[in-house]
Amino acid sequence: MKIVQDMPPVLSALDRPNSYIGRSVPRPNLARLMQGRGQYVSDVVLPRMAHVAFARSPHAHARIRAIETGRAKSAPGVIAVVTGAELARVMTPWVGVLTHLKGIKSAPQHALAVDRACWRGEAVCAVVARSRAEAEDAIELVEVDYEELAPVTDAETALDPGTPVIHPDLGDNLTFERRHEAGAPDTAFAEADEVVEATFRFGRHTGVTNEPRAVVADWNPGEQRLTVYHGTQAPHMMQNLFAKHLALEEHQVRVITKDVGGSFGIKVHTYADEMATVALSKLLKRPVKFVADRIESFVTDIHARDHRVQARVAVKRDGTITAFEIDDLTGIGPYSVYPRTSGIEANQVVNLTGGPYTCPNYRALARVVFQNKNVMCQYRAVGHPIATAVTEGLVDLAAMRIGMDPVEIRRRNLIADDAYPTSGPSGIRFEQLSHHASLDKVLAMMDYRALRAEQARLREKGVHRGIGLASFIEVTNPSAAFYGVGGARISSQDGVTIRLDAQGAIICHTGVTEQGQGAEAVIAQVAASAFGVPIARVRVVTGDTDNTPYGGGTWASRAAGIGGEAAWQAGKALRANVLAVAGSILQAAPESLDIRNGTVIDRETGRERIGLDEVARVAYFRPDTLPPGFQAELMATRHYVPRAWPFAFTNGIQASLLEVDVETGFITLLKHWCVEDCGTVINPQLVDEQVRGGVVQGLGAVLFEHCLYDERGQLLNGNMADYLVPMACEMPDIAVGHVVSPTADSELGAKGAGEAGTAGAPACVMNAVNDALAPLGAATITEMPITPSVVLRALGRV
Amino acid sequence: MKPPAFAYAKARALDHAIELLGVDGARLLAGGQSLIATLNMRLSSPSLLVDINGIGGLEGIALRDGRLEIGALVRHVQAERSAEIARHAPLIARAMPHIGHAAIRNRGTLGGSIAFADPAAELPACLVALGGEVEIAGPEGRRTVAADDFFKDLFETALGPRDVLTAIRVPAATADTRVGFAELARRHGDYAMVGLAAAARADGKAPKDPRLVYFGVGTTPVRARKAEAALAGGSLDQAVAALAQDLAPQDDVQATAAVKTHLAGVLLRRVAQQLEAA
Repeated sequence: MKIVQDMPPVLSALDRPNSYIGRSVPRPNLARLMQGRGQYVSDVVLPRMAHVAFARSPHAHARIRAIETGRAKSAPGVIAVVTGAELARVMTPWVGVLTHLKGIKSAPQHALAVDRACWRGEAVCAVVARSRAEAEDAIELVEVDYEELAPVTDAETALDPGTPVIHPDLGDNLTFERRHEAGAPDTAFAEADEVVEATFRFGRHTGVTNEPRAVVADWNPGEQRLTVYHGTQAPHMMQNLFAKHLALEEHQVRVITKDVGGSFGIKVHTYADEMATVALSKLLKRPVKFVADRIESFVTDIHARDHRVQARVAVKRDGTITAFEIDDLTGIGPYSVYPRTSGIEANQVVNLTGGPYTCPNYRALARVVFQNKNVMCQYRAVGHPIATAVTEGLVDLAAMRIGMDPVEIRRRNLIADDAYPTSGPSGIRFEQLSHHASLDKVLAMMDYRALRAEQARLREKGVHRGIGLASFIEVTNPSAAFYGVGGARISSQDGVTIRLDAQGAIICHTGVTEQGQGAEAVIAQVAASAFGVPIARVRVVTGDTDNTPYGGGTWASRAAGIGGEAAWQAGKALRANVLAVAGSILQAAPESLDIRNGTVIDRETGRERIGLDEVARVAYFRPDTLPPGFQAELMATRHYVPRAWPFAFTNGIQASLLEVDVETGFITLLKHWCVEDCGTVINPQLVDEQVRGGVVQGLGAVLFEHCLYDERGQLLNGNMADYLVPMACEMPDIAVGHVVSPTADSELGAKGAGEAGTAGAPACVMNAVNDALAPLGAATITEMPITPSVVLRALGRV
Repeated sequence: MKPPAFAYAKARALDHAIELLGVDGARLLAGGQSLIATLNMRLSSPSLLVDINGIGGLEGIALRDGRLEIGALVRHVQAERSAEIARHAPLIARAMPHIGHAAIRNRGTLGGSIAFADPAAELPACLVALGGEVEIAGPEGRRTVAADDFFKDLFETALGPRDVLTAIRVPAATADTRVGFAELARRHGDYAMVGLAAAARADGKAPKDPRLVYFGVGTTPVRARKAEAALAGGSLDQAVAALAQDLAPQDDVQATAAVKTHLAGVLLRRVAQQLEAA
């Protein structure tokens, strides 16, 4: 894959003399990671540390009659064998519901299954041993007497009267239902020139992080404190949850999260086996480590998507789209995942469908049902690929029906760039988007007309190329509206503390976390720019609940936009404080001074006045020389949370060029484009690689990745040979372009960029495949992943 | 993903390896690219691994009496770069880039691939297509088994529990040798959904004595004998049609039997073109 450079213009508003905003500064942690000096939880070794492995249910649904642990307990190296009932005395169960998702319900979930296993892979018994290998040996000696129960696997029939109810106390298998109606959809459909309907199917897939989930828990009875080394996206959220379910206070729990080998939303949830590990540490009073292996990861890391959406669009002959309607059904496994719930994705599908378009009439139904498969929850670009594929698929089908070019129908319906602020069909509010500018830019980048001409020429030679487009909107920088209002103790605000050290460098402590995406680099760039030092003189501390300001962590594309703004404000505050000291030393008005490149200067002339090391020396070691009553404050903390808008929506458009081998059904991706508008671009390279990485995950969803279950609830391809993650050989060049519409909610103006690639890639590839196949009379493809078999079926060849 | 405990012994020589294999539950370790994964996934639990990597004389590639002999410990990467294989066994040379990924080809051995006999693997099919043979050393001495007789069933070969595969031999290509190779894998380096290794002799219009060997469609490499006959008779269409009788693939996670049979036909048309090319 070739890296295509497309630098956005440098932004003047934030372009202080030594600004790093808008520059592709190398990540400060790069050398450390490249030299193998990262600090991943998988690497953590503590004195007296034991390892846990879990006996997992081989059945999708089974009553646990008895667990015989005697043989396992006497196996070499075994420290303890603990069942669900025993662990439940240490850790309370949880229920994954939020009050703002009206009516959502779930059942109590334990760290280890107590009476019943509800999916293939659920942990039912823990073995703690000196080594992971010995724990695995002893697992084979744990005898669990199961009584198999009828599994519920098909979401389509989960609500049928004849289907068993997984949690009888809940009354039915419905987790959550949302209905939404805007305008007059019935009238719009009745008055439409054409109504196009389709049923879209989205396969289950999962995140496949480079580093698996990992946790080391260390309960210290002397201190009455729990330290958890945890590969998580949200250390403060986990601090709260560990405390809550172990009956501790939050100050008794410290969560340390250093390097994390990829997360993609996988590591922002509560996992029963991780909670069990923490509880085991408390029970056994020693450090316990759990690192999921790949086989465990496939059956326990949250799965995502798995939607069936019946949808229709009403369109006038002139191309005006007048209504969307969707009926979304999604199966989420046996429990709503804690604490964010498994209702958010369907909720997002309702929110986002039709989002790029001016369309007043909309009706949506979303139903979320239980089933005996692995749990499902929020993964990168929650709900976006579903909503985007449904919307963009319908728009293309409508265009085809009325004989209009896909570009033209978008031009006629995308919300005008000067129409903001405005709302989408579901009522979501947009501050400033740039759909038309993005469309123009992508068409220019790809040379749309030339591609269409080439497509026609090649078609005559039997080469079937497809061109697909997908406009999208993207939820970033969430306010408290996402989780806080629903009662979850998940912080939407974040803080940054910056301290001047005794030699004039700065140390930034931030609540956002590094997952490999470059958050540390972004915080360092912003802090260096706001304060005025070279980036080499900035150290960033993340991922430690004892040592960072309280914050939400990294998810929903919030680290740069929210953490970055906090760093900007903290940097400005510290600059003012330092200039107060400098002014005192220099007998100058602080307003007449500035900090540039690590030195205090005259703001007007740029003349160097005093070095930061000297300011620090005086403030820390000779404060007696400062005027009486003057106190230097060389540490500043600022917090930020978006207030004006529930979310900083971004937008963009993607395009795909591909070739379909109509004999084999194989698809070759030739080129991919993405133009996105994340507002102020702090680090172009990091943004571009976020987009590319996201695109690749979206391409995985549309062509490769699929968790295949049989009707008994057994995962058939839960390994790296049979579950196809997208690999470099199959990936096209991905060109990235930017339009910049900063949010006015923050001074920095940055929105998020982490979801954009994943949001739009599946839709535009699906549209491109249908564009390639339509002239051959093929059936329209509306299911993902689009495997060779799917293509051959659409062509009627098998 | 931790293997159950096993003993390990490094064989000093072939005889030593055969002796060690007499231990109940012993398994032979060569490149380890399949074996170690099955151990880590606890799909097998041998009592003893007999490491043959230290045995000399098993990593040669040499032309002898019109046959190319490839030692069992020749690594895939070595075969991939071998001028002898490119010249004398062009079918194997064509197959090599499709096998796994660079890291796998660095460790994996040709002998291991043949002995493991994964029905979706490239090399067993190539060996059968070339009418090659397998040299085996065992407690009773050395013997040679024709490739057609070597692959018995799913992961089952003519190798006994104390046998060591020492080399494979294939007839060296001549001026009229024609080979073809194609496979369909959704990602480069994966096991094929369907693959075809083919060899024939150039003889005017139709390929003479074609051997069409499919992989990924059965429990062993599968010769499509009716299709071979039709192709020799000059009818590609009939050969493709005959595949419905020759092949009986099972549904798997990648494709149904019907899709596999369809793809087998597509591959035959593509490979037939290769066989015609000089």
